[in-house]
Amino acid sequence: MKARVTVTLKSGILDPQGKAIEGALRSLGVAGVASVRQGKVFDIEIEGADRGGAEAALKNAAEKLLANTVIENYRIEVT
Amino acid sequence: MKSAVIVFPGINRERDMARALRLASGREPAMVWHADTALPAGTDLVVIPGGFSYGDYLRCGAIAARAPVMDAVRAFAGKGGLVLAICNGFQIACEAGLLPGVLMRNAQLRFICREVYLRVERSDTPFTRGYNAGQVICVPVAHGEGNYIADGETIARLEGQGRVLFRYSSPDGIIDPNWNHNGAMNGIAGIINERGNVLGMMPHPENQVEASLGKTDGRGLFAGLVDHFELAA
Repeated sequence: MKARVTVTLKSGILDPQGKAIEGALRSLGVAGVASVRQGKVFDIEIEGADRGGAEAALKNAAEKLLANTVIENYRIEVT
Repeated sequence: MKSAVIVFPGINRERDMARALRLASGREPAMVWHADTALPAGTDLVVIPGGFSYGDYLRCGAIAARAPVMDAVRAFAGKGGLVLAICNGFQIACEAGLLPGVLMRNAQLRFICREVYLRVERSDTPFTRGYNAGQVICVPVAHGEGNYIADGETIARLEGQGRVLFRYSSPDGIIDPNWNHNGAMNGIAGIINERGNVLGMMPHPENQVEASLGKTDGRGLFAGLVDHFELAA
């Protein structure tokens, strides 16, 4: 089973890396970019076919390691 | 004072730390490997030193914080044992839940490696009893992620409880954005936990203890700790 966990910064947390990327896009002439915030994507292969178990395991993974819940949110998608 | 220095793969300041501890206490610290599950018996002080543990992969200190040895460190801290967490160690302590908040990328995105001035906010802790309150010390920093961030409630609690021990300042002790090289909230350079037994700080006092290399401003932190344990004995 394939899953994707996306980790993004909570709104209000300063993202200087996102700002730097925003500036670079502007310098490259990419028009109309209002803002950029950088996140992370984890593509995870789960063994077996237990969807509920997979979602629980991924939530555990996200809460315990993949996201720092002080400053980050996460989204889990199981395909 | 019996100290234990925790070593994770990628840590690189453990030997400087061991040297500073040896110079201050006259005793060689124990070097404890990340996969060990127990601290040496009779440990007084646990030190989590600086470096790039696990390559800063995922987030600085994130993987080290989940290493087996950290259960023993957490239990030690839970019983009131003193923990000194420097630079990557501060990041590890935050990730491990020993301290609140998080250290994020320096606001101006550059790795900063130079001496900075710190104002010592309190002298009534085991970590800062070797200094006077309000004293300004000069200590090197070397970090890309030293920008201390926490939510408003946490910052208010830290300030209200006097848990900020070191703040980036001018040489005269003025707190001013121009002297805050990494954008840390309220110029926070070092904090303690609620119980007061865990200190996390970004600067490297262990690299400012030898007269032959220049300044010795870092000695006060280690001398104070040695005194603390001598009086407690």
